[in-house]
Amino acid sequence: MTTVSAQRLASIFVEVADTLVEEFDLIDFLHMLTDRTADLVGAAAVGLMLADGRGNLEFMAGSDENVKLLELFQLQAREGPCLEAYRTGQPVINVDLGAAASRWPRFAPRAAASGFQSVHAFPLRLRSQVIGALNVFGDTKGGDFTGADVPIVQSLADVAAIALLQERALRRGEALTEQLQGALNTRIVIEQAKGAVAYAQGVSVDEAFTLIRRYARDHNRKLTDVAWAIVHDRTISPELRPV
Amino acid sequence: MGDRASMIRGLIAAQPVRTGGLVDRLRCVCQAAAGALSASGTGISVLTDDGTRGVYAASDPLSEHVEELQFLLGEGPCLDAFDRRRPVLIADLAGEAMSRWPMYAPEAHDRGVRAVFAFPLQIGAARLGVLDVFRDRAGRLSGQHLADALCFADVAVEALLDRQSDDAGAPEEPTHDSVTDAVANRAELFQAQGMVMVQIRGSITDAADRIRAYAYAENRSLGEVARDIVADDLRFEADRP
Repeated sequence: MTTVSAQRLASIFVEVADTLVEEFDLIDFLHMLTDRTADLVGAAAVGLMLADGRGNLEFMAGSDENVKLLELFQLQAREGPCLEAYRTGQPVINVDLGAAASRWPRFAPRAAASGFQSVHAFPLRLRSQVIGALNVFGDTKGGDFTGADVPIVQSLADVAAIALLQERALRRGEALTEQLQGALNTRIVIEQAKGAVAYAQGVSVDEAFTLIRRYARDHNRKLTDVAWAIVHDRTISPELRPV
Repeated sequence: MGDRASMIRGLIAAQPVRTGGLVDRLRCVCQAAAGALSASGTGISVLTDDGTRGVYAASDPLSEHVEELQFLLGEGPCLDAFDRRRPVLIADLAGEAMSRWPMYAPEAHDRGVRAVFAFPLQIGAARLGVLDVFRDRAGRLSGQHLADALCFADVAVEALLDRQSDDAGAPEEPTHDSVTDAVANRAELFQAQGMVMVQIRGSITDAADRIRAYAYAENRSLGEVARDIVADDLRFEADRP
């Protein structure tokens, strides 16, 4: 893990704990969490999966969302570190992908082929309730997590889980399911928007996502709202053209 | 989970078929859902962005009436679920729902409804309608009932998407793929819908429908067709103006 100042670490924790903002957006919150985690541990990629109403893990947000990474997340609905962390409630740490083919026959070789060397997963949990998992990929072989790093990232995941459950609890009893199902559908809108922008602008879906995300940031808009505007209002802004 | 989804398809298929059309198929979904979800009734309303609004099917006349109430009064969980694009789960209609829907909640309560659970019928930005589940007792949906309700909603989405294909004489039952199961790379399917939307200069619903109709006609899986679209090996043409 990279050395991060205590001050920076504290500010990340505060940011992750703050879900009680006006117009909270789950997808934006999870993107922020994956970005901060990637910064914190110097990871090649970080992603987050949440369990849907049927108990299946679904990809929600990533520090990067390229096609290969997305496939790696979709595979984990069936096998892989996220599923293990989700089922056991315990972190999965420092797994060497080159030696994990028997543990995860489909996931490990694909992850290795994508250039990753190690993988880690931290459950998002509050006491006995596990709602998903935070997935960290490293491209330096094996031990990019030392003993001291593990509790820090797990604590970050715990704070995020508490913040989410809190946010849901405060708004209304049933809000947990409502919000999660809404966010799962938003994930679909984002994929549809990627396709629309990719075709309209003649770029790859990965580039399309970069364009959409940059547009949302530059205009201080939610990714959710921008994706919805692209697909629903069918207005593809000229600004969503490749640079 | 796959077993659960096929069990639910089995329950729907076991309902007596009358005409075999879309409305009839949705009625089968409603009746099977009412039984499986321990509900007093269910209803499916079609709401689209082009302004179509109305009750399509219900498990029984009372549910149909309660479903219609929201269009009459212009408020209710079903309309909120559509607008907010997420489920609206009201475990106790006598609670704060009374102030949330000051006209609808008392009317529904008078007709014996104590809990309402509304599930949007949608795939991303493609909005087709809402499935409403009514109960004559207050209380939350169990985890299993919630999961099953989402499966029933998936089946209703497929039936609604295929309505245009029906006219073109598409097969009665979708073959092996469904909207959510069996498509290995789901993200790719949704990306393909976005691409086709631009190609045909139509709505995302039209795009989803065109892709499904094509897959049936060519007897190919949705996953394969989606892969070809994303790879730009397959393009769709705009509908005639």
